Amino acid sequence: MLYSVGKDSSVLLHLALKAFYPSKLPFPLLHVDTTWKFKEMIEFRDATAERLGLELIVHTNPEGLKQGINPFTHGSSRYTDIMKTQALKQALDAGKYDAAIGGARRDEEKSRAKERVFSHRSKNHVWDPKNQRPELWSLYNTRINPGESMRVFPLSNWTEMDIWTYIYLEDIPIPDLYLAAERRVLERDGVLFMLDDERFPLEEGEQAEVRSIRFRTLGCYPLTAAIESTARTLAEVMLEMRSSHVSERSGRLIDSDQSASMEKKKKEGYF
Amino acid sequence: MSSASNANFDLQQFIEQESSKSMLKFITCGSVDDGKSTLIGRLLYDSQLLYDDQLEELKRDSKGLLSDEDELDFSLLVDGLAAEREQGITIDVAYRFFSTAKRKFIVADTPGHEQYTRNMVTGASTADAAVLLIDARLGVSTQTRRHAYILSLVGIRHIVLAINKIDLKDYSESVFDAIQTEFLSFSDKLGFNSIYAIPISALKGDNITKGSERMPWYSGLAILPYLETLEPDTKDSDQFRFPVQWVNRPNLDFRGYSGTLASGEISVGDEVLVAASLKRSRIKRIVTMDGDLPSACAGDAVTLTLEDEIDISQGDILHTPGEPLERSDQFQAHLIWMHEDPMLPERSYLIRIGTQVTSVQITDLKYEINVNTAEHLPATKLELNQIAVCNFATAHAIAFDPYSENIETGSFILIDRISNNTVAAGMIDFGLWRGQNLSWQAFEINRESRAKLNGHKPAIIWFTGLSASGKSTIADIVEQKLAAQNHHTYVLDGDNFRHGLNKDLGFTDADRVENIRRVAEVARILADSGLIVMTSFISPFRHERRMAREIAGDIEFIEVFVDTPLEVCETRDPKGLYAKARRGEIPNFTGISSDYEAPERADIHLDAGHRTAEELADEVIRKLSVDR
Repeated sequence: MLYSVGKDSSVLLHLALKAFYPSKLPFPLLHVDTTWKFKEMIEFRDATAERLGLELIVHTNPEGLKQGINPFTHGSSRYTDIMKTQALKQALDAGKYDAAIGGARRDEEKSRAKERVFSHRSKNHVWDPKNQRPELWSLYNTRINPGESMRVFPLSNWTEMDIWTYIYLEDIPIPDLYLAAERRVLERDGVLFMLDDERFPLEEGEQAEVRSIRFRTLGCYPLTAAIESTARTLAEVMLEMRSSHVSERSGRLIDSDQSASMEKKKKEGYF
Repeated sequence: MSSASNANFDLQQFIEQESSKSMLKFITCGSVDDGKSTLIGRLLYDSQLLYDDQLEELKRDSKGLLSDEDELDFSLLVDGLAAEREQGITIDVAYRFFSTAKRKFIVADTPGHEQYTRNMVTGASTADAAVLLIDARLGVSTQTRRHAYILSLVGIRHIVLAINKIDLKDYSESVFDAIQTEFLSFSDKLGFNSIYAIPISALKGDNITKGSERMPWYSGLAILPYLETLEPDTKDSDQFRFPVQWVNRPNLDFRGYSGTLASGEISVGDEVLVAASLKRSRIKRIVTMDGDLPSACAGDAVTLTLEDEIDISQGDILHTPGEPLERSDQFQAHLIWMHEDPMLPERSYLIRIGTQVTSVQITDLKYEINVNTAEHLPATKLELNQIAVCNFATAHAIAFDPYSENIETGSFILIDRISNNTVAAGMIDFGLWRGQNLSWQAFEINRESRAKLNGHKPAIIWFTGLSASGKSTIADIVEQKLAAQNHHTYVLDGDNFRHGLNKDLGFTDADRVENIRRVAEVARILADSGLIVMTSFISPFRHERRMAREIAGDIEFIEVFVDTPLEVCETRDPKGLYAKARRGEIPNFTGISSDYEAPERADIHLDAGHRTAEELADEVIRKLSVDR
């Protein structure tokens, strides 16, 4: 199971624990660590695995690490390809997994709206959106040939609001980054970045400041936009969301590289 | 900003409202340019469900696409795939989510082209209702009829007839009336429970979220208010059905059965039966991570434990006494073919029904249905998007309900054994006979005793390769060598077979499949009688060789690939067949005008181009004695 530490992963993990209870999860969690995740995400990840007694595999692209690939000097699309897409392929190949379960939802983005629950990938992890297996009723075709694999999206039909409602009702732990707090930020081109460590290079005249912010979605900190907010509890976050006028993925800066860019990334193997 | 306690209070109300909302799943369908995507985009826009950034992107992308500079092209919101934007059509099912104060919606937007019928069936399979669009300028079309028929076939009971682009017909009442009347004239045979016609303009927003002032003559509801209040007839059976998805065994003290109730409800203490074995027990516990439950109902995912230790595995279905499923290895069903490769009767596929998976053959293609006219047509094979009524035979008896009684236990998919693609969807009409009445007669003298008597084990040696590759010649020598060792043998030869048992068969793909099936059955019987059987058939398709292996069951099956290059075979050409085929006098000739699918993992691969038949036969004998 792909575990990316965010709210969707938290819900997915919670559902999986329920599904197999009283047995333990029969599969490990896999986290692709780009080394640019928020520190708090990593702490939360390790604490979760520890608390629930789960097997956690963490993978970082070793070549990318050696070359020091980062979102600042190499650009977001190259960085994403090497540290996320290629890293994920490496980890999946190493484990020879038949299936990787992920928390993607159809309401996130247009090309995801057509994703299957059981989504077939070729030997090279390529998604062929024009040639997907039809998926009828609740009958899933799980069969693959050697070397091929499946991406499985049990949360396909959940909306962002469903996720928050469920987290609230089931009292599922999530990282505090989703709640507003005073944090060190930089405003650049109207986008708020949290300065999670000293690796974020400030340009001349730029000044870090402290503001009350939270995140609607979590990823790599230099590529994740914060929103100004004073919602310090889950309840306040949900009420604030109800009146939101911006979609969730607008906080993901890699999506807007080019139109249809998510479909392109997904074809190449991005989760 | 309100204080935390205030927020909690508001949130409680909000969450109560959210969780009390019902969910309606609907599908939009209609002809290519009837405006489905535009309608959905408009629904999202008018119910203020678009975020600012999505709206900005839409404004940017709409520029230059519509005649009116300020109009927005709503279809761009929905047609997500790049190929669709380029071609301006919807090629796959897109799922959209929106909610109003009253209800949550999942809408499946499906393609209009006939070549995407399968996508429409996919969207319809999980829908409660359908919005069927008709272009007011064109009226009821062939596609309208086809879509209406498919909706009725899949069991959709509620139709919203959205007569779109009424603005281009001057909001005319008579145009609306005429189209509605024509639709009703043929839809009364289709068994819909309700048909609600609404005149709309998706582009201009008439009768989408609220009544239109431009059509005072229309007194009915707009689309969204109607969908908010539509109460779909539940077609779920109330009989308890629990397909076992997983046997849950965390330790030796716990054995539970995990799955989701397909229908009905169950309580602790209730008596249940296993459909396959009719073994009985009682529900001991209904286990969940949040604690045991006293009862569970349709849709609940639970783990059941039973009072008694009875044999239950994945694929079994539990039911209650007096409410049995049908159990048979033969049934009739409606089938929708969903793949580019045509369906061949007698070919073996995998069937998935509920959590059961087994092999299945289509034993009789009774008739194809013309989806435009609902006429029955004779057919010998099914192509992509064709619908037919067929008889099926499964390798093992399966448990099911007719689709009309229970969708969860009456629907199935067929899977190709080589590519693993989903090739068809089916809906069971009824069982043909009860499989348990027909069983294998067990005799005292069996294969083992015959093997003892003969002094060797039986086997099937399956030679495959091009015409003139040397199959029969090698088989002949192998047989002589085996006979010299006092082995009992027999050779089944392609040409000889076609003079007798198979003289009713030609050389179409479908006939070739049946030819091989009969050969495999005869080979199995002969091997069961104790012989080492050699078969010499081109057997060009991987599927059928695999079928032969499966028919052989636990009899040893050795696939020998006589790999002689086509040029060599063509030079030999002992019967002059290649020459004829080259002149176009023999259609479907393997290697020339019909494919030979070389084995990927033959048990014995004979590199046969440059060696004598004697050498090759020795290699087969060597492999045989090593393996035995």
